Amino acid sequence: MTTYRAIADHAVLVEFSTAISDAAHAQVLQLDQALAARPFVGFNEAVPAFVNLLVDFDPLLTDHAQVATHLRALTGQALLSTEPTLREVLVCYEDAPDLAEVARLTDLSPEAVIKAHLAGDYRVFLYGFAPGYAYLGGLPQALRLDRKPSPLRGIAAGSVIIAGAQCLVTTLTMPTGWWIIGRSPTRILTGDPARPFLFDVGDRVAFRRIGATTL
Amino acid sequence: MTLLRVVRAGPHVTVQDGGRLGMQRFGAPESGPMDRKAFAIANAALGNPVAGAGIEVSLGGLTLECVTGAVTLAIVGGGFILNHNARRLGTWATLTLRAGDRLVIRPGPWGSWTYVACAGHLDAPLWLGSAATHGPSGLGGGRLIAGQNMTVSGARVLAVEAAIPCPIWARPRALLHAVPGPQDRFFTAETLTDFATSPFHLTDAYDRMGVRLRGPALIPEGALSIPSEPVLRGSVQVSGDGVATVLLADHQTTGGYPKIATIISDDLDGFVQLRPRDAVRFKWISAEDAVGLARLRARAVQAYMTRYGPKPEV
Repeated sequence: MTTYRAIADHAVLVEFSTAISDAAHAQVLQLDQALAARPFVGFNEAVPAFVNLLVDFDPLLTDHAQVATHLRALTGQALLSTEPTLREVLVCYEDAPDLAEVARLTDLSPEAVIKAHLAGDYRVFLYGFAPGYAYLGGLPQALRLDRKPSPLRGIAAGSVIIAGAQCLVTTLTMPTGWWIIGRSPTRILTGDPARPFLFDVGDRVAFRRIGATTL
Repeated sequence: MTLLRVVRAGPHVTVQDGGRLGMQRFGAPESGPMDRKAFAIANAALGNPVAGAGIEVSLGGLTLECVTGAVTLAIVGGGFILNHNARRLGTWATLTLRAGDRLVIRPGPWGSWTYVACAGHLDAPLWLGSAATHGPSGLGGGRLIAGQNMTVSGARVLAVEAAIPCPIWARPRALLHAVPGPQDRFFTAETLTDFATSPFHLTDAYDRMGVRLRGPALIPEGALSIPSEPVLRGSVQVSGDGVATVLLADHQTTGGYPKIATIISDDLDGFVQLRPRDAVRFKWISAEDAVGLARLRARAVQAYMTRYGPKPEV
């Protein structure tokens, strides 16, 4: 059941489910798209996540009840674009610090870990943690590991990291407790003012293997 | 051209502007000044756009020297102490720096953050169209570093140095209005009562991302984690051991901890002017009443700006 939770004096959180599912995320994307096409007076921004969409508004122009009414009218409309964009991300697995350990923990050869990672069908579920940190769902079952017991500091931007069902390409030098299985020259923070972030939430992502010489 | 040299800058002294709006869906919080009203007043006092770039000074303090040219500054926010050459004065004032002048800004009787606006345009790197510094990455206008030069384009010198009235609502605020949730359902009625009746204290774990509070344990029932969901400036998130953290300007955009409450936007400016070990209390307010209060408060700010802000050029 869809719930509309009032937050502070300036936001409504629309929640489609309490557990992560593809169906809930599809509803998030649907409402996000519909709202972008038909914003209300006082709309500031929308932030999509796994099961909910945060809608921030200007309390001088509208209020929670009016916003919820607007959102209810948009919920359940058909997706405007049903075919998600496919984005390619290059990855070099050579000299990856945790590849051998991931292979050991998953009982696979390093080459089999790479093949499994490349075979994943990834979707951008949400951004979080830091600018450009896009959480990609769809890591194959065979590679799903708990995160490390404690995070490592100073992990370089462009690291390809995995934990649980998720994969992420880091954009900043930050600590992480995830497993580092590669590095990527593909910039998620593109530096292009017209399109500063490579992915939209909902995009499909495919990894393509490159050698260290092309990195 | 007016050139200012950073002689000394404490930690967390950064360039800010009105904030990087609309990028939370990409993981970038608004950033911008911790005390948004004080920042806007500093700019308004000089006739600048209220969201123009300025400097946020932390309790670490800042020393500037005017190398060439001259510029009038407005210094507004926490009650810090200023030494302008041999002269000592307080914040909530304008003053003019001329070549060779030195300005020392250090913590004073109250407040955690104070703001330096320059009459003219403070040149600073932009990231995604904004000079607001995102603390964890340093992207945007950036942290100030000793030896750095900053230029002010179109620098102006105002005829008179004047005090700027400090309204009561610009002082530190120790009573915060909080709307329950979005995960108040994970807490017992008793815990929700504790939240609104017991004093909390700010701890030293305080930076632009947030501040951890010390107070009664707010143990969530059952749900230790929820699917990561969007969080806001003002979210009161509770970790598994019952410790509350208030998210601030550079907060992460999503998180999996339950939020017992969310503080109304207007209370946050005064809240961040508290210091570690200061006491704070929460008062429950309905979402409806919170909107009413936001409108009431906005009228007071507007009245102040109309009275003391820049007069339209005749």
